[in-house]
Amino acid sequence: MTWMQYLAPLLKGAQVTVMISLASIFFGAILAFAAGIARTSSNRVLSGIAFVYVVLFRGTPLLVQLFWFYYALPLIGISFDPVTTGITVLSLLTGAFGAEVVRGALLAVPPAQLEAARALNFSKSYTLWHVSMPQAIIEMMPAFGNLAIQNLKDTALVSLISIADLTFQAQSLRNITLDSATVYTLTLVGYFMIALCLMFVMRFIEMKLRRGPAFPRSAHS
Amino acid sequence: MTSIIRFENVTKRFGALTVLDNFNFEVQRGEKVTLIGPSGSGKSTVLRILMTLEPFQEGLLEIDGISYHEPNGRGPFKASEKHLHKIRSNVGMVFQSFNLFPHMTVLRNIVEAPVAVLKMKRDEAESRATELLRMVDLYDKKDHFPSQLSGGQQQRVAIARALAMRPRVLLFDEPTSALDPQLVGEVLGVIRNLAQEHDLTMLLVTHEMRFAREVSDRVCFFDKGRIVEQGGPEQFFSNPQQPRTREFLSSFLGEQAPSRESLRRVQ
Amino acid sequence: MMYGYTWDTSTPLTFALSILPILGIGLLVTLKAAAVGYAIALVLGLVLALLCRSKSRLISWTVTGFTEFVRDTPLLVQLFFLYYVLPEFGIVLPAFMTGALALGLQYSAYTSEVYRGGIGAIPRGQWEAATALNLTRLQVYRDIVVPQMIPRIVPALGNYLISMLKETPVLSVVTVLDMLGLANMIGERTFEYLVPLSMVGLIFLPMTFICSALVYMIERALPKSGIPLR
Ligand SMILES: Nc1ncnc2c1ncn2[C@@H]1O[C@H](COP(=O)(O)OP(=O)(O)OP(=O)(O)O)[C@@H](O)[C@H]1O
Ligand SMILES: [Mg+2]
Repeated sequence: MTWMQYLAPLLKGAQVTVMISLASIFFGAILAFAAGIARTSSNRVLSGIAFVYVVLFRGTPLLVQLFWFYYALPLIGISFDPVTTGITVLSLLTGAFGAEVVRGALLAVPPAQLEAARALNFSKSYTLWHVSMPQAIIEMMPAFGNLAIQNLKDTALVSLISIADLTFQAQSLRNITLDSATVYTLTLVGYFMIALCLMFVMRFIEMKLRRGPAFPRSAHS
Repeated sequence: MTSIIRFENVTKRFGALTVLDNFNFEVQRGEKVTLIGPSGSGKSTVLRILMTLEPFQEGLLEIDGISYHEPNGRGPFKASEKHLHKIRSNVGMVFQSFNLFPHMTVLRNIVEAPVAVLKMKRDEAESRATELLRMVDLYDKKDHFPSQLSGGQQQRVAIARALAMRPRVLLFDEPTSALDPQLVGEVLGVIRNLAQEHDLTMLLVTHEMRFAREVSDRVCFFDKGRIVEQGGPEQFFSNPQQPRTREFLSSFLGEQAPSRESLRRVQ
Repeated sequence: MMYGYTWDTSTPLTFALSILPILGIGLLVTLKAAAVGYAIALVLGLVLALLCRSKSRLISWTVTGFTEFVRDTPLLVQLFFLYYVLPEFGIVLPAFMTGALALGLQYSAYTSEVYRGGIGAIPRGQWEAATALNLTRLQVYRDIVVPQMIPRIVPALGNYLISMLKETPVLSVVTVLDMLGLANMIGERTFEYLVPLSMVGLIFLPMTFICSALVYMIERALPKSGIPLR
């Protein structure tokens, strides 16, 4: 087998990796906004729940979370297929880190903006969605970009719960061919290329959000 | 005349610091009142309490006969969000630093609140906004973003934005202090025109003494959370009674000479 | 039975308590791996950061490309790479060392960026002033650059230590018997994963929580103006 022949299985794995990464970034973003907003809410119960969630998932290793959901939960009668488990855990982790980004950006909105909104009699939720969020979301983008890359790298761990992603395919390929150097080099390059695409997409979204004269000075270098 | 704003023994503290101590103050409907006084004396605090941006601890405050506190009110404001909403519908505020929404165009800044809060139809709100923009002479900038405007233009938009909510009481907290001297005049011009409106009650904190003398019905000298002296502008400026007032006015006129000069230039 | 300790699966609580000593042994491995890995990351990252500032375009671009590559690819695959490929070149390391090396390599990409950011944040005028004062390169770094860098980089470096600590369980994949590796083994033998895995999570939680609090306190305590070395 030459390295060209490795490409087919690796590409198949890469597809799974991309799928899992995109899905968990998507659900993670939803969780991030939900938990981040809840963290800044004046409702004690809501912000308490969000706090516990964030501490729990930020404070424990991903691999432990993954194994816990994969091996331990079924023992108390809750089980999903590996892909669902993988996406769920990665979404929860990304959401917990994203929640801190959302919260930080919301808290960084100048208080004067909130006072202006109050003077115009906007309701709290209207202020959140029409005054704070549009200004905060742009500040979140660079950190979200980093989280997306981190998420992509984290997907490699789902190979350990028998999901046939890029890393999993690399492992099987190595076990057949014993050509470790080639297989893993190709795999690393594969991840790097996916990461570059992801970075490009995130930059593009940021640029789109930043376009126009509304935020001329806060542009990042 | 009936009073539209009534402070009765209001006490306001920031932690251990008492900013207002048994403060009593009334403003008549349609009256234009200027607050002057040294930095840190509590002028902004009075306006911010009226705008419900700051709670107060003791005393009674009424606007148009409605008390700020509810009988069984909770929280720092001792009132429900709904009640605060009702109170705020009477009041508008123009800030020192304009505080326009940077992500909205000029027109959007003005239209947003009438549509979202007063449930006005968008085209109705827009035609009213157009009217207001003509009034502050900025109609041609309606599709610009705040960052594309000068400070003076931003402040004029901010005034139009506050007026779009049709407040009965309009508060100005040093509306020209953040402006370059040559831009002060255009903003004062707009406020001067507003002062002609009979129904609008205006409460203005400013360091522009000449302007205060021109537009106000009453000038109050504020020091350490109390009104030391007040009166009609002519009498107040030409013949202040209290030594503290005299001291303030003389020190002040010395310091602020350049901006008075520039004011004269643009007039 | 493991390391001479037996477990008692009669109730979850007794089970948890009985495997605690075993997990404690694993915890030591976890901490050692993080310590060795972090030491590698601190040194290697500094080397990369300095190479990156090299006058030679070839060197600085190669190093920039390398750090970007390492940063954007998974630790697990890098670990496999080292674990399987190094022996092909005659470098045979114990699994623990390979794991620590992988951690160090991955995090050197992060630390090098922290160092670079720290150096880059020194205003140009200060370099110029130092040149005007005729200071040697050593003096510039020792008396001007590093003292100002410390308050900037220490919190970031501390946060990466916490992240690294949370990634050490990956080493269990290449047979390192850290906490997670041991928990998995206990699970395999007792068919009872819930308690051992939960215990690992519960041990990590206070560790990361306290470390985060420490980093925060250090960040607050460091004078923003810098710390003179002499
Ligand atoms: N949020 C706050 N927390 C604590 N103290 C405050 C706060 N806001 C104002 N103060 C204090 O209350 C006092 C009155 O402040 P205020 O802003 O009302 O003064 P001012 O008369 O408007 O002064 P200036 O002319 O400088 O605007 C000052 O001593 C100020 O330090
Ligand atoms: Mg003030």
